[in-house]
Amino acid sequence: MLIRRPDDIPSSEITPESIYQNRRQFMGTAGALALGSALSPTALEALSRTGRGAQDDKVTPEEDATTYNNFYEFGTGKEDPAENAKAFKSTPWTVTVEGLVKNPNKTWDLNDLLAKLTLYDRTYRMRCVEGWSMVIPWRGVQLRDVLNRLEPLPSAKFVQFTTLYDPRRMPGQKYPVLQWPYKEGLRLDEAMHPLTLLATGMYGKSQLPNQNGAPLRLVVPWKYGFKGIKSIVKIRFVDSLPYTTWSDAIPSEYGFYANVNPQVDHPRWSQAKERRIGEFLRRNTLMFNGYAEQVGSLYAGMDLRKNY
Amino acid sequence: MSQETSRAERTVRRFIRPALWALVLLPAPVLIAQLLLDQLGADPIDKLERLTGHWALRFLIASLAVTPLMRVTGWGWLVAQRRFLGLAAFFWAFGHLSVYTVLDWFFDWQEIIKDVTKHLYITLGMTAFVLMVPLALTSTKASIRKLGGPRWNKLHSLVYVSVIAGCLHFVWAVKKDLSEPIIYGGVAAALLAFRVLWRAKPRTA
Repeated sequence: MLIRRPDDIPSSEITPESIYQNRRQFMGTAGALALGSALSPTALEALSRTGRGAQDDKVTPEEDATTYNNFYEFGTGKEDPAENAKAFKSTPWTVTVEGLVKNPNKTWDLNDLLAKLTLYDRTYRMRCVEGWSMVIPWRGVQLRDVLNRLEPLPSAKFVQFTTLYDPRRMPGQKYPVLQWPYKEGLRLDEAMHPLTLLATGMYGKSQLPNQNGAPLRLVVPWKYGFKGIKSIVKIRFVDSLPYTTWSDAIPSEYGFYANVNPQVDHPRWSQAKERRIGEFLRRNTLMFNGYAEQVGSLYAGMDLRKNY
Repeated sequence: MSQETSRAERTVRRFIRPALWALVLLPAPVLIAQLLLDQLGADPIDKLERLTGHWALRFLIASLAVTPLMRVTGWGWLVAQRRFLGLAAFFWAFGHLSVYTVLDWFFDWQEIIKDVTKHLYITLGMTAFVLMVPLALTSTKASIRKLGGPRWNKLHSLVYVSVIAGCLHFVWAVKKDLSEPIIYGGVAAALLAFRVLWRAKPRTA
C-alpha cells in the first residue's frame, strides 16, 4: 500500500543529478531554467507514460511561495513574514553543533559548514499540515553531506535543529504563541536520506528570502511543512527522541514524525485532500506526499496511526 | 415624549439605517472585487472563507450588543436594529457557508458530510448557522404578531446558542494563535454576562 508503482511517480520528483552536475552551464539564465527541473527527463517520461507530469505539478509562482508563509517568528498571519522579515539580516551566520559528534560544541561559520559541498536544485512538493500545498524549486545541500562532515558518533540516533532566538530581529518571538526558540528533529536515518535538503536558496537564486527561512532551512518533502525548520542556528545529535515544538505544543494534533499521510486525519480536519496553491479544486493528498517509493521503507512495520 | 420618539425615529430612518445597510452590504462587493483582481493573496478561497466568517460573527455579536446598549441608554429605537443586525449576521453566515460549499469543497458532498460530522469545529459552525435559519425566517413584524411577543422572544433566545457555537467554531478553527477568537469570544461573553447580571439585579421599577 505504501509503495506506489513507478509509473505513478508524478513530475516533480528529484531532478536527475546529471542535470545539476552541468548546472553551471545554464546558471546564467537560472531564473528561466529553474523550470528545467520541472521538465526533467524523468518528468517527461512520466508524462508520456501516464498523461500526468509537468502540468500536473507546476512550479508554484515565486510570488505565492514568498508571500504565503508560516513563520511565526515573524507573525502568525500568512502575509506577516514577508512584511516583518524585510529588515532581517542573515549574514554573518553561525551554526553551533552539539551532542554526540566528533567535535561537540563547535560553532561553524555557515560558509565553512557548507564549503565545497555539492549544491543541488530540487523541485519538491510541499504539503502544509493545514491542507494546502505548493511546488517549490529549492537550492541547497543534502543534509547527509553536512552530517557526514560533522561525523556523528554511532550512539547518535536523532538530530535536533534550533531556530535563531532573537526577539528584536524576530518580532513574533515577543508573543508566546509557541515556545521559543522553535525546534525540530529527525531520526538519523531520515536526516541521512538523500531527499532531505538543507536549503540555502530557491527559484534559481542562491539566497533564500528571509520569510522562507534565510539563510538555512530544512526541507523534508515527505513530511508536513512544519518539520522544515527555518533560520537554523543549532544542530544537536542525541540518542533519544528530541523535543520538537509543535508536537510538544499540541501532542494530540502534531506528532514527531509528521509524515504526509492521507489516511491519518488531523483531529480537526481531513488530510485526504489538499488545495494546491493556484488551483481551484482540491487534489488527493499522496502517501508520503508522493515520495513513498523513496522513503516508505524507512517506516516499514511502524503503525503510522500511532506514529503520526 | 411622543415628539421625542418620532424625532428619534426620523433620525434612525434617515441616517442610521442607511449607514447600517452600507456597513452590512459594502464588504461584499469589496471582497468580490478583491477576489476578481487577485488581491486576496496566494490562497484566496481560504482568505474569503475567513473574512466572510469574521463578518458573520461581527454582526451576530453586534446584534447581541443592542439590548445592553438599549438598557444602559434607554434608547428604545435601537430595538428595531437588533433584528436588522441579526439578519445581517445570517446574510454573512450564508455567504460563509456558500464559500465553504462552493469554493472550498465545490459540492463534494461526501467530504462535506464527513467534515461536518467528524470535525467538531465544523459541526459547531453548522450548528450556529442552522439555528439562525428559524430566526431569519421569523424576523418579520408579521411573525412577531403571529407568534406573540413572549413566544417570539423565547424562540429568538436561540441566538445565544448560535453565538456561543459560532465563537467556539472560530476558536477551534485556528491553529494556534488564539488572539482573534479570544477578542470575539470575550466581547460575546461580556454581552451575555450583562444579561445574566441585569436579570439578577434587584430593581424597583
